Formats: sequence, C-alpha cells, structure tokens
Amino acid sequence: MINIKIGVLALQGAFMEHERILTEAGAVCTEVRRPADLTGLDGLVLPGGESTVQGQLLQKSGLFAPLRELITDGLPTLATCAGLILLAQKIRGSSVIHLGTLPVTVKRNAYGRQLSSFVTEEPVKGIGSFPMIFIRAPYIERTAENVEILAKVNGNIVAVKYGNQIGLSFHPELSDNPNIHERFLALCRD
Amino acid sequence: MNQTQYELNKGLAQMLKGGVIMDVTTPEQAKIAEEAGACAVMALERIPADIRAAGGVSRMSDPKMIRGIQDTVSIPVMAKCRIGHFVEAQVLQAIEIDYIDESEVLSPADDVYHIDKTAFQVPFVCGARDLGEALRRINEGAAMIRTKGEPGTGDVVQAVRHMRKMNAQIRQLVSMKKDELFEAAKQLQIPCELALYVHENGKLPVVNFAAGGVATPADAALMMQLGAEGVFVGSGIFKSGNPAKRAAAIVQAVTNYTDAALIARLSEDLGEAMVGINPDEIKLIMEERGL
Repeated sequence: MINIKIGVLALQGAFMEHERILTEAGAVCTEVRRPADLTGLDGLVLPGGESTVQGQLLQKSGLFAPLRELITDGLPTLATCAGLILLAQKIRGSSVIHLGTLPVTVKRNAYGRQLSSFVTEEPVKGIGSFPMIFIRAPYIERTAENVEILAKVNGNIVAVKYGNQIGLSFHPELSDNPNIHERFLALCRD
Repeated sequence: MNQTQYELNKGLAQMLKGGVIMDVTTPEQAKIAEEAGACAVMALERIPADIRAAGGVSRMSDPKMIRGIQDTVSIPVMAKCRIGHFVEAQVLQAIEIDYIDESEVLSPADDVYHIDKTAFQVPFVCGARDLGEALRRINEGAAMIRTKGEPGTGDVVQAVRHMRKMNAQIRQLVSMKKDELFEAAKQLQIPCELALYVHENGKLPVVNFAAGGVATPADAALMMQLGAEGVFVGSGIFKSGNPAKRAAAIVQAVTNYTDAALIARLSEDLGEAMVGINPDEIKLIMEERGL
C-alpha cells in the first residue's frame, strides 16, 4: 500500500487524537502550523478545539489563503466539531465566516454548555452505526441542496459530505471506532 | 458522575489542548481574552496577584459576575471554588459552569479532604506539584490536571519544578518492573490501577496544563517544551502594560512553541510585563495548600 500523507491542522485542539487513529489506519501524518507544511498532502483534517482560536490563528499563521485554495481545489478534508465551524459558509448569529467552503449553516454550542454534552449511537450513511461523542457541539441547521446528509440525531443534521469535504458535529477521534477515518483515507486514495 | 460523563469531561479538556486559558475578572476582560485567542476563560473576582496583595479569606466569585462573563463569550467558562468546599462546587454546577477549578489560589475550606469530584456531573481541574498529587486528584474524579506553580507571582520557577518533577516520576514508573509498581503506588499514595496506567501509557490519564507564574510568550513556550499540553495564564495578562497584545502573543507562542524565530518576533514591544515577586519574598505559599 502506498503511504497516504495527511496534514492535520495543529493550531489548537485535539489534533493528536486524529493523528493516532490515522496512523493506526496506515496513514502518515504531518502537523500543519505554517504554509510550508501544506506541500504534498493527500488529505487534510481540521480537528476539534475552539473555532474562535483556530480561526484567528489561521489568519495569523498565513495558512488561511493556501488552505482554502487546497480545499476548494478538492483536497479531501475531514472536519470535526470546531473544524466543521471553520468550513461552514454561515454561522448562526454571527457575521464571522472562516474558510466558508461548505455550503451549510451551523449553530455553535447548539446543545448548550458542558453539562449538555452527550454520547449516542446512530447510523452514519455508508458507515453504519457509529458511537457519536458530542462535546459543546454544533449542529447543522440547513444545507444547500447538493450537500449530502450523512447523519441526523434528534432531527438535527450532524454529518454531511459535499464534494470531498466531510463535516461532522461529533468526535470520531475520541472513539475507538476507526471506520470514519478509514473511509476518509479511502477518499484520499482515489 | 457516570463513566460516560467522565469521558465527556476528559474530552472537553482534550479540546482545550494547545490553548491558553486566561483569568478574567469582568465581561470586558473576557471579551479581550476571547478576541486575543483564549480557548477558555477563568472567571474570578480578583486575579491571584491581587488576592495575594489583599490578604484575608478568598472565596468563590459572585455567581452574577460569573453569569455576566458566560453571557459575553462563546468559549468555555471556568470558575474556582475553594479546596474541599463542595457547596461552592454545587453552586457553580447549578449555574452550568463548564469547568470547576478546585483551587489553592482561594483559601482552603477543608484542610484534610478534597471534594469528591465523582459526585458531580460538571468537570473539575485540580492543581498538582508532583505525580502523587496529580493521581490522587484524578482518583477523586478530576478530569484535568494543571501544575500548581506559585500563583500571582509572575515567576515561572515553581511551574517548571512541578512539571519536571511530574514527568520525571512518570518516566520512573514507566521504567519499573510490573511487580515494583505496588510499592511505588504506596510511596505515591495512589491506587495501584493508576500506577499501572502510567506505567503502560507513559502519561497521565487526563490532560495536563501548566499554570502559575506564566508571564511571557517565552514562559508559555518553555512550559510547552517541558511537556505541558496547554497553559493557564492568571495575573500575567491583565497585570501587564498591554493585555490584548500580550495575550495574543502568548496564544501564538503556545501553538508554535518550538519556533524560536517567531517567539522572538512575538516578544517584541509587548510593553511592561507584570512586576514579578520571588518565592522567597512572599509569606503565603499557595502551592502547599491541599496535597
């Protein structure tokens, strides 16, 4: 098998957890902090963390423009929680747009504060039943028509795919189930 | 707290990694901290340097003041309760705080027992000077650890000492034969299962931040290179000449903690750092509270 090289945005948050699960699945991971770290990637992961922090550091690090270009050019991208907020074209109640490459509207902290964080198990399209860990999570309020909805929890959209971008409200990197990451690596191999 | 809630609480700490948690006393400061890139704020009435200067008994903050900060920012809000004061913790849980810091910065309410943190839904972070303290707090239910350092001094020496000691003790446990762990657990005053976890994984079972005396971008990067997973900055920001600029510089230094050229640029023109005090100049040693 050829080594797939995945860049994991390492500005802030739970990037090491993604690296662990991707490495176990056979990928080579590189931490992305500067534009120079973006060369030769087969895929990109935008991890969970605080989207306000990551959004600011995207600008200050000079990563914003080259990263956005890679995503719009079709580099496979897996975004979880804060990463989903970075990709969204609209954030409810806010004029801030970060990368804005995914035509969805997200609601931040949609379930409330930490006491409302929860775990559930629901089906994800093409994956099957999956343990979903929601931590101060966002959900997707609406999507453009050509966005594929992969999963809903209690009627709210929590997983979508648009082109090569996958956006998730929950944290597959905190679970022991590698299926979503393996599916993402398959996308990177194509 | 059931196991699922504990995993969620440890998970929130994982989301804070690589970030800076800043002490704030007003909604205006909270806004400055959020805009500078804080990954969470610690809401308290007085920052540690002022607690030190004021003396007397230091308690949990006014819930109304904490709510004001919760309403201002979208990032997680933490607040401190006194060591052993489980009712202050119940109050903070009732106002849906995101994280409770059972903190030696406030006057201890109990000189023997810490809070049974397993009885709460809300997550706790606790200070520790060494591996034994860290694992005792985890055994009581803490979902995150930070070094104690010596709060409100602007002097990073104790945070360095605590982080080095913890990591040295972790390396010792890792290198032991399995049958030696029982005695090590006894010496550290911790359960054997936690000694075994550290032996097998080479790290604490929860996220470990640095705290106490961090005042400059270089201080923050130092703690990261010593193995901290993120940094608390207490008095260092709002006791300095230009809080917004210093806060933003410390945030970038934590992300790029091995990039000396960038840290050099970040350290330029930050204005006055907080005036530090040396540990031998102070009478009140907060790190000795709650062992």
